[in-house]
Amino acid sequence: MNSEKIQELAWKIRNDVLDMTFHAGVEGGHLGGAFSSAEILAALYGSEMNIDPNIPANPDRDRFILSKGHISLAHYAVLKECGFLSQEDLDSFEKNGTFFSTHELECVEHGIEITSGSLGYGLSIGVGSALSAKRNKRNYRVFVLLGDGECNEGSVWEAAMAAVKYRLDNLIAIVDKNGQQLDGYTSEVMPIHDMEQAFKGFGWHTLVVNGHDVRAIRQAVGQKADGVPTVIIAETVKSKGIPSIEGQNGWHHARITEEQYRKFQQELEEAR
Amino acid sequence: MDFSSQNIMQWSRLGMRKAYGAVLNELANDHGDLVSIAADVADSANLYDFARNHPERHFNAGISEQNMVAMAAGLAKEGGNVFVTSFAPFVSLRGYEAIRTLICYMNLNVKIAALSSGFSLGVQGATHYALEDMAIMRAIPNLLVLSPADTTEMAKAMEYLADYEGPAYLRITGLPGSAAVYRADYAYDVNRLNIVREGTDVGIFATGTLVNESVRAARLLSKNGINPAVVNLSTLNPVKSDEIAAECLKYKLVMTVEEHNIVGGIGSIVSEALAGTMKHPKLVRMGTTDDNHRVGNYSYMMEKNGLSAKAISMRVESIFSKMDL
Repeated sequence: MNSEKIQELAWKIRNDVLDMTFHAGVEGGHLGGAFSSAEILAALYGSEMNIDPNIPANPDRDRFILSKGHISLAHYAVLKECGFLSQEDLDSFEKNGTFFSTHELECVEHGIEITSGSLGYGLSIGVGSALSAKRNKRNYRVFVLLGDGECNEGSVWEAAMAAVKYRLDNLIAIVDKNGQQLDGYTSEVMPIHDMEQAFKGFGWHTLVVNGHDVRAIRQAVGQKADGVPTVIIAETVKSKGIPSIEGQNGWHHARITEEQYRKFQQELEEAR
Repeated sequence: MDFSSQNIMQWSRLGMRKAYGAVLNELANDHGDLVSIAADVADSANLYDFARNHPERHFNAGISEQNMVAMAAGLAKEGGNVFVTSFAPFVSLRGYEAIRTLICYMNLNVKIAALSSGFSLGVQGATHYALEDMAIMRAIPNLLVLSPADTTEMAKAMEYLADYEGPAYLRITGLPGSAAVYRADYAYDVNRLNIVREGTDVGIFATGTLVNESVRAARLLSKNGINPAVVNLSTLNPVKSDEIAAECLKYKLVMTVEEHNIVGGIGSIVSEALAGTMKHPKLVRMGTTDDNHRVGNYSYMMEKNGLSAKAISMRVESIFSKMDL
């Protein structure tokens, strides 16, 4: 997939997420963080990862670990667009009796590597997975998508140390740095003085990119630093794609009215 | 604390999770030592008024439950009367070692408010349920564990906790608008069993939001000639086993009903109480027994796990009708 197609995939993810959030009714959806991650997911699934929906459990597949599990709806969307899930699966999102809950459950056949939704565990699992690749002499890479609010959890930094100790250059962490979390701006709830320097201090290879620039994400993901893990700090905007709510608090988890749904659809279409 | 009917109705509309923040804000006015620390849940727990009115006594630890509980230990060691707030699965499971080893071993004045326990978070899914917290919390000897039946009892329990010096765990369940069991001011006693409905033959012991569901079940059953008593078991640790056993011996059938795994919760509390008696009534434990990976909204999860009023009444009727009385 070229970058134009990937950008289009990001648009489809947002469109699916908007639909799922609206059809979830009173249950709502984590719209803000799903939208900030759209280009990251599109770049990984559209071109950078070695995955195949026909052999989802291929032992050599690249592993994608969604650590910020509340954006499962964006993950479900990209998995549908890439042939792992069906529209019916997405339609069952947050409906009674569903497997596709707000926070996702492990099911490799569906392309979902871990049960996620309790924050701060994905990087540790990623370390275990990348370590296994080394031990088992397999060439897969492990991608872990974290939120910046999630980096409040101390376990993230425990994993950061372990990844360097075991020289996991097959591990790529991507932090969706949208600057917001449930209670508000990350700078106010729990500031991380300098995310890049923090990872550098633990010995990581660090890259900072515009998280909505598909080419920049692809270029960053294509880099490898021998013997050290890489973190890509993707600077993003929460709710990116719907200009009237971009970067505003209150959209971490939201219910949307029919009127808002129509308006957001129109805004998305205009930005296409 | 003002237990006017207006306040009781207002709390009930908010539900336990949001009423918690409103009550804590009130309690802070006449408890100068009261300190709040929360894990990125100010919005969820309605703590904004507290944070605005008492900014020097409110701390947001971010999404760091383990760190938050340990910080609370530090605040309590220096004289704080600390209320810790987070969602039940995260604070109970991730915070557990810090709760046991720091808060409880050092007997610190920390009250842990566990929001949205049980199935309260509905479609948010399995990661967000707390179906083990009663089991692990009541295994700590000096941890006072309270599981109020409604917003009125929660406010009573919080008023008690604000004056209590020591570790406590407050299990918060239900949804906004969950029906009140206690619709007027009443005498709350942390040391006593609370019989919310008198009855004969069957005794239903329930906790949390399921007390009301059990009362509704009892009403359904009374139409069919069975008249169960409903006992609100809201103090889970320490328990008065003798008192529980004596209460059970009044009935031919005892049921326990809880939004929790049947291992380690009130089913276990009643079993353990009866284990010391020579002869006791039949005991049936209702609660969760299976995984809950396929999910739905709160009422769906209640129905699926056989915990709705209707499911409870049918179960009681089915067992009772087959008993050799």
